[in-house]
Amino acid sequence: MEGTISNGTQILTTDGIPLKVSLRKTERKNKIRAFLLVFPLLLFIVVTFVVPIADMLFRSVDDSHINTVFPNTFEEYAKWDREDLPPEAVYKSLFLELATGEGIQVGKALTRMNYSKSGWKSLIKKTRRQVKKIYKSGEEPSSYKQTMIEINKGWADPTFWIAMAQMLNETTLIYYWNAIDRTYDIDQKVIMQNEERRMYVKTWWRTFKVSIYVTFFCLVLGFPVAHLLANLPLRYSNLLMIFVLLPFWTSLLVRTTAWIVMLQQKGVINGVLVWLGILGDDQRIQMVYNMTGTIIAMTQILLPFMILPLYSVMKVIPKSHMRAAQNLGAKPATAFFKVYLPQTVPGMSAGGLLVFVLAIGYFITPELVGGKDGQLIGHWIAYHLKTTLNWGLCSALGSILLAVMLVLYWLYNKIVGIDNIKLG
Amino acid sequence: MKNKVKCLFFFGRINLELENGFVRFDKIDKSYDGEVLVVKNLNLNIQKGEFVTMLGPSGSGKTTTLMMLAGFETPTNGEIFLEGKPISKIPPYEREIGMVFQNYALFPHMTVQENLAFPLEVRKIPKSEIKDKVNKALDMVELGNFGTRFPAQLSGGQQQRVALARALVFEPRLVLMDEPLGALDKNLREQMQYEIKHIHERINITVVYVTHDQSEALTMSNRIAVFDDGVVQQLSTPDILYEKPENAFVAQFIGENNRFNGVINKIEGSICHVDLDNGEKLQALKVNVENQGQKTQLSVRPERVVINAKDSTFQNNFKGQVRELIYLGDHIRVRLNVCGNEEFIVKVSNEGSVNFSKNDTINVSWLAEDIRALDFPK
Repeated sequence: MEGTISNGTQILTTDGIPLKVSLRKTERKNKIRAFLLVFPLLLFIVVTFVVPIADMLFRSVDDSHINTVFPNTFEEYAKWDREDLPPEAVYKSLFLELATGEGIQVGKALTRMNYSKSGWKSLIKKTRRQVKKIYKSGEEPSSYKQTMIEINKGWADPTFWIAMAQMLNETTLIYYWNAIDRTYDIDQKVIMQNEERRMYVKTWWRTFKVSIYVTFFCLVLGFPVAHLLANLPLRYSNLLMIFVLLPFWTSLLVRTTAWIVMLQQKGVINGVLVWLGILGDDQRIQMVYNMTGTIIAMTQILLPFMILPLYSVMKVIPKSHMRAAQNLGAKPATAFFKVYLPQTVPGMSAGGLLVFVLAIGYFITPELVGGKDGQLIGHWIAYHLKTTLNWGLCSALGSILLAVMLVLYWLYNKIVGIDNIKLG
Repeated sequence: MKNKVKCLFFFGRINLELENGFVRFDKIDKSYDGEVLVVKNLNLNIQKGEFVTMLGPSGSGKTTTLMMLAGFETPTNGEIFLEGKPISKIPPYEREIGMVFQNYALFPHMTVQENLAFPLEVRKIPKSEIKDKVNKALDMVELGNFGTRFPAQLSGGQQQRVALARALVFEPRLVLMDEPLGALDKNLREQMQYEIKHIHERINITVVYVTHDQSEALTMSNRIAVFDDGVVQQLSTPDILYEKPENAFVAQFIGENNRFNGVINKIEGSICHVDLDNGEKLQALKVNVENQGQKTQLSVRPERVVINAKDSTFQNNFKGQVRELIYLGDHIRVRLNVCGNEEFIVKVSNEGSVNFSKNDTINVSWLAEDIRALDFPK
């Protein structure tokens, strides 16, 4: 209290150094060591997780590429009053940039232009060869506007030109609108896509529906197993645990194809039902290549992710709790619902969250067993990533998935509390 | 006529109850695997308002016995009677028996109040009454201000009290306690022993208590049943248990004793003459021996041994070499070699009169009735 230890405001060590300084000095080495230990992992996560996600978020709104391909055109375009057709200067710069632009870059730009108005791509493709020819011949057309309209009448259609306004900004929300079946009209108002192009909202709803079903079935099927695992004598529970973990040691592809073998119309289950006479040969149930198949296969595949967190929580609930509850006068069912079940909430919610998050982004299984109405949103992400190369839409779909998960975590934290999560 | 019969029957029942006790174990056997009996032919009567402790080493069957009474284990043979009625068929939740578990088994997701209200709520008692009873129970264990806390926010001793309050709050017919103080440190344990004892005296409830700690048993109980190997070795009050153990196991298990092995030479009334294994002869009280030539274990309490006795009333006088002196404050523990027993202990109270040191030879004496000739342990 007095003299050497404290000088009123600051606590000093016996040697007169401020305690905090001294503490920091002694802790520094530990902190550096701790940092060095996590550094490789930190670097790995930054490179493989943070950077790609940031890139994805960026791509989902990025619209700068087309501006780099047609810089002059857009510059001139911005000056246009959007009445009638653009002035000569716009035609001229587009003509020149089409003639001199690098093939691949122009191609990419055309794809993008086609998103805002279909027809752009073919219009330019049809025009480009002629434009190049004229450019190479060295003679300068008296009117670029006239020349282009002569090459293709499409250049006299103002809607193409008005649609171009969407691409003026270096950022765009069009991919997000596309991801929920909406698009811009030529006045840049958000409208529904054409009937035949509306497939994302349907797929989103299906994705959520399947994920909720799968989570629910995993919980219903996993809870008793986890309870048994936690309460059996060690040698039986070890055996049971091997059965639970077995799927982890089998290839996902093998398990999924196994389900096809089981569920298809000429498959094992239908065969047995027909053999037993429960079904007629013409009454075979369609269980695969639809949503049922997706739900069945995904439930089986994701079940361990529910059982393990539940098991780890149930294992530490003392058996004496159920006994105590009964001793205090509660019937076994009351004891279960009032004493046991509330204590498993951290496990149920951890497992539920894990299964739901995995299910919502699941790809291989629904792709193989889902058929046409069992496809989840992952299907479209893969489709645009590999086939249409519309990475903007891919990123938007991915970003929406990410946002849904973040909202889920937020909700979870509000309702259960993130401290209550228990994975093992 | 009918009434008379009923009346007779009624009185008959009361008599039966008085004779047979409030809780009666009748020829109880218990086996888990069909090969080993963990409880063998248990017959035990517990009176109303009594504090009975089952004391024994781990694996002696005492907890199993308690669990059978609580209804969590079924007797393999025999019947348990509570207030004269068989209870084997009654499920635990209808037995109206309170229990304090070894690790308290407080429900971690409920506050202290909710824990205490639980047994009342499942009995559908009105809310206002529940509140009164919970508060009363909390006051009884001096935790009036802790009602809104969760068990994890309480110290071990406080949790212990909550568990006690919860076992009592629904006014059970009897309370069982399964090593309830095992997890507490020594000071707290002693304090809680007195507290439980006082609560028992105040509300006069029947308590069946299980422990392996003999001092706990001696402090709290009206009667103690010493268990070993599934059998009650002795059932009596603490003083008799300590001073008059009936067999070698009880003598060994309760308190400290000095042991000699020998053979019965002659029996004269209540005194028998014994030849020790090293050839010395002594006289002992006949307790658990019958025939001449039988092997026996002798047991004498350290405090009954007198050092350098002046008078000659002692039948047994021997010389002993001092091997060790241990200073314990209020008394000094002296380890001697007497008649070949290297572990012979004498407690000398610290009156400043210890006038010998290590390796001295001193005289030790004790009365014949203070050394008990017991069975020879297998």
